[in-house]
Amino acid sequence: MIYLDYSATTPVDSRIVEAMSPFFNDSFGNPSSVHRFGQIAEAAVDSSRESVARVLNCSPDEIIFTSCGSESDNLAIRGAAYALREKTGAKWILASRAEHPAVTKTLEHLGKYDGFLIEWLDVNEHGMVTPEIVAKAICGETAIVSVMYANNEIGTINLIKEIAEICRANKILFHTDAVQAAAYLPVDVNELGVDMMSLGAHKFYGPKGVGALYVRKGTPLVPHLTGGGQEFNLRAGTQNVPYIVGFAEALRLTNEEREQRVAHVKPLRDKIIGSVLESIPDSQLTGAMESRLPHHASFAFKGVDGNLLLTLLDAAGFACSSGSACKTGNPEPSEVMNAIGLSREWGLGSLRVTVGVQTTAADVDRFLSELPSLVEKARRLHTNK
Amino acid sequence: MPKVVVAMSGGVDSSVAAALLKEQGYEVVGMMLRLWSEPGKEDSNRCCTPDSMAQARRVAAILDIPFYVIDAKDVFRETVVEYFLEGYARGETPNPCLICNRKIRWTFLLDHALALGADFMATGHYARVRKVESDALSLSKGRKVELLRGVDRNKDQSYVLHVLDQEKLKHALFPVGEYTKPEIRQIAEKHGLPTASRKDSQDLCFLAGEDYRNFLQRNAAEMLKPGEIVTREGQAIGSHNGLANYTIGQRKGLGVASPVPLYVITKDAVRNTLIVGTQEQLGSKELVARDVNWVSGETPREPFRAEVKIRYTAKEAEALITPNGEGQAQVTFDAPQRDITAGQAAVFYQNDVVIGGGIII
Repeated sequence: MIYLDYSATTPVDSRIVEAMSPFFNDSFGNPSSVHRFGQIAEAAVDSSRESVARVLNCSPDEIIFTSCGSESDNLAIRGAAYALREKTGAKWILASRAEHPAVTKTLEHLGKYDGFLIEWLDVNEHGMVTPEIVAKAICGETAIVSVMYANNEIGTINLIKEIAEICRANKILFHTDAVQAAAYLPVDVNELGVDMMSLGAHKFYGPKGVGALYVRKGTPLVPHLTGGGQEFNLRAGTQNVPYIVGFAEALRLTNEEREQRVAHVKPLRDKIIGSVLESIPDSQLTGAMESRLPHHASFAFKGVDGNLLLTLLDAAGFACSSGSACKTGNPEPSEVMNAIGLSREWGLGSLRVTVGVQTTAADVDRFLSELPSLVEKARRLHTNK
Repeated sequence: MPKVVVAMSGGVDSSVAAALLKEQGYEVVGMMLRLWSEPGKEDSNRCCTPDSMAQARRVAAILDIPFYVIDAKDVFRETVVEYFLEGYARGETPNPCLICNRKIRWTFLLDHALALGADFMATGHYARVRKVESDALSLSKGRKVELLRGVDRNKDQSYVLHVLDQEKLKHALFPVGEYTKPEIRQIAEKHGLPTASRKDSQDLCFLAGEDYRNFLQRNAAEMLKPGEIVTREGQAIGSHNGLANYTIGQRKGLGVASPVPLYVITKDAVRNTLIVGTQEQLGSKELVARDVNWVSGETPREPFRAEVKIRYTAKEAEALITPNGEGQAQVTFDAPQRDITAGQAAVFYQNDVVIGGGIII
């Protein structure tokens, strides 16, 4: 089996497993405890927080550890929405339909149950929320803008720094979901100028089940998981010490090895994009070509059931993903495919191929040699429906 | 290692089919079709509710085999549901499971299985296949595949499989048909598979557990036109509220007063009349079947004797079968049969072997 779905998740780097392992049994204490066991665990959480802060170029008390990227998005958006409403009566939140469901569903929820007003931003044909779109949409009443750093489905990178500047100039809180981006793009929050940023460890060779939220000092936020006073009273619950250690180590290694990782994946990605567009008729790249995650290739094929293509690929030994993928055989084009204006005929036939540090040139060659005939097969079965 | 795709439903039979084939050394892949449901009734469709899908996925995990769901909503609606509605519009009582087996399971799904590189496809039906050297006098020499009843006569499902031809049977495996239902349950327990079987129901999957009349009311209300109830002798004695609401042999609910019990004998779709008669008038020794499939691929040249089943649950009856060209067959029973129903299948057996069958005209 060849794994080409690194945007879904990554294997955990053995160095990270090693860093985590003492905190399962030897140093198993609860960081809130007074005794030595607790102190040792607390020290591990604190040094992890410092390590993350160094990568993000922020202060350690601006880092909140969570259980995943989705939780970080929830805490950021709900937490800030409630806090701002209390403080200023704020109601308006802006985001695009191309955001991850952790953002769009949270906003829908805030609209439906809490009376917030959501304005959905347009995206251009590459799925990009341009600074111009944001500048045009905001008004005096806009309280929060949320724009993802890079899109999970189509790999498009947004101009976060420019959008952050616009928001800052208009005194609007700006959140970015950097869950996909952090694996390859710089995440210096001062350089980016964001107020809040969501991260999840398993996209960059860390474990599943741990994430973090950067919150700029002074940003109003109320917790949405209430209980004990952990994480500066913003996220209750005993800290998941080994996973927090794993998160920090994964982010540190990602930052240190960024250049060599990009140098490894980018040529593989370029080869995939070039070869697919050349060898498969009625195919197109989805997302931007230039402003694109370096490990990310995504396509739409006309007249293909993307789900079926994934099935054929899996049976042939290749693990990929699709925007319309659905384990229950009920495919619909994703919100992202709709947002970038693809018709149903194209939108159902999406394919995402994402490579990683373990991907070899031989893997890519094998994939590229088999994909055209599998697309053809999927097309034939689709036509016979 | 030959590769086989097992059509899984989450039920005990198809689960055991997968387990047996894995035990026999096949490379097994589980597949499930996402069939059509009426909008809003997805959770009560009998074949592919979220529950049964989760169950099938769980079984695949226990057996450590890949599992995929294939979207068949459009093709199912266009073929099976249309067939069902058209049958009622013609005054018949259609059996959509037959066309589903032929066009959906053994065409659409089989195509997908073969595209996946499978050599065989299996289902959890109680039936058997047997490879035989064909008769030396036969038109086409070489190996043939016979379709047989399941070993468990009580559970036999060969009736709905009579639509399969040699091309499909060549790829077909029915591992469950070699066992009785109690044995299948034991095998399921041995493998730690869920043994709860779905309610043994004659309901069609897309009827969402409701009476078919409700489905027609919602989806083809225009065909439920009131008309006259007429005796065999031509006397109008009442009115009906739509031919599709009645079944052949029905006695209750006709709403006509008569000194002797009256039964639905036939439906005249052209005149939109319901023909009723006495119990004696209900039986018939003759029927004609259309679109006959001869499992061997060859139309018999002579009339032959066989046991005939005129619906899924009917007992077999002795008859003489006369193929009369153009895909039809004349069936003459030794004794009159009740409730011969247009739209249902008449299936011909010799001992355990399915010879063929067709749709009753």
